[in-house]
Amino acid sequence: MAKGMREIKRQIKSKQNTKQITKAMEMVAASKLRRAQEAAVAARPYTDKILEVVSGIASSGGSVKHPMLQTREVKRTAYLVITSDRGLAGGYNVNVLRKVTTALRENHKSASEYAIYVVGRKGRDFLSRRGIAIAEEVTGLSDSPKFSDIKQVAASAVRGFEEGAFDELYIVYNQFHNAITQTPVLKKLLPLGEIKSTGEKADYEYEPSPEEVLNVLLPKYAETVIYSAILEGKASEFGARMTAMGNATKNATKMIAGLTLTYNRARQAAITQEIAEIVGGANAQQ
Amino acid sequence: MSTFTLEVVTPERKVYAEVVNMVIVKGTEGEMGILPNHVPLVSPLKIAPIIIKKDRSEEVLAVGGGFVEIRKDKVVILAESAERAADIDAARAQEAKKRAEKRLSGKSDEYDFRRAELALQRAMNRLNVKQGR
Repeated sequence: MAKGMREIKRQIKSKQNTKQITKAMEMVAASKLRRAQEAAVAARPYTDKILEVVSGIASSGGSVKHPMLQTREVKRTAYLVITSDRGLAGGYNVNVLRKVTTALRENHKSASEYAIYVVGRKGRDFLSRRGIAIAEEVTGLSDSPKFSDIKQVAASAVRGFEEGAFDELYIVYNQFHNAITQTPVLKKLLPLGEIKSTGEKADYEYEPSPEEVLNVLLPKYAETVIYSAILEGKASEFGARMTAMGNATKNATKMIAGLTLTYNRARQAAITQEIAEIVGGANAQQ
Repeated sequence: MSTFTLEVVTPERKVYAEVVNMVIVKGTEGEMGILPNHVPLVSPLKIAPIIIKKDRSEEVLAVGGGFVEIRKDKVVILAESAERAADIDAARAQEAKKRAEKRLSGKSDEYDFRRAELALQRAMNRLNVKQGR
């Protein structure tokens, strides 16, 4: 029995080590989640403001035409996929990537019909393993990404649309609801389509002209939407990791409890057996 | 003296939000001095410092592009980057300037050239603000 006991003891020890790690990761994710949420909130005024001005222009002048607002015949579609660099975040990456692969399978016949932009090592590895060509990638983003970190990939995706390299741009990321719920979404970013006027009519003068202002504003708006999606993705990542690690910790605790019980049983059995042997020996000598 | 609220917002945060007397910005069409009760206006901005005047004191912010929205009692500057002089890392800007200059002197396609040019402007802008123009 002694050998079995040592085995159980070793298992308990190993579970305890795992639990320590998952517990630490849970707490780190929790604190990073708070920061990521703050960053996502801090980015909102900028996006809101741009949207406000854009819709102001749209509602004031009837004849606003810009390539980014117009729907073209779709020959080629681009996807911007936002994943994380590291795993151990539950279904975070899997959900997004499943969404992408389903979209690719259902909507496209050949690989020439789509282009993929990807953020995060997990997404890049997954897609390149499946032989899907990646137009541009960003990996190694910090936990609180700066606008300048993602500016390039955002700008080149928007530029690709403007130049007609593709006719639609979708963005795939995890929408953040709260720490336990994140849903993967596939959102159409470009063309922007109808911009709803906010109703509030502001009579602005545009310098040099409304068209010129739109030319500057619309690409910026698209880039900011991408930026806020990345920030939201980050928040989701930490939320998902926190939940996943919380569950792992809970499971480890449960397993340790179970193993401790078996261990104690084995220990008692061994003691009982030893006593029985001693008593048996003593009886035999009488 | 009459005043208005000035806000400088970047995608990352709100850099500046105070009640001021006047702000001078450089729009794509030329420099503008904005006083209270300016006519509502929207204009893109150049990569240039903005000068804020408040109670006889002046502050300069390095603003990297973006645009300005003027309302009756409020002016909002939306920029991709905006820094106070104290927040600027002079060594980094110097480094960026050198890099951009090197790239400009080498041969490259139009897009790269344009990007290097913008990078150079941003670096110069920061250095100017840091050194008090």
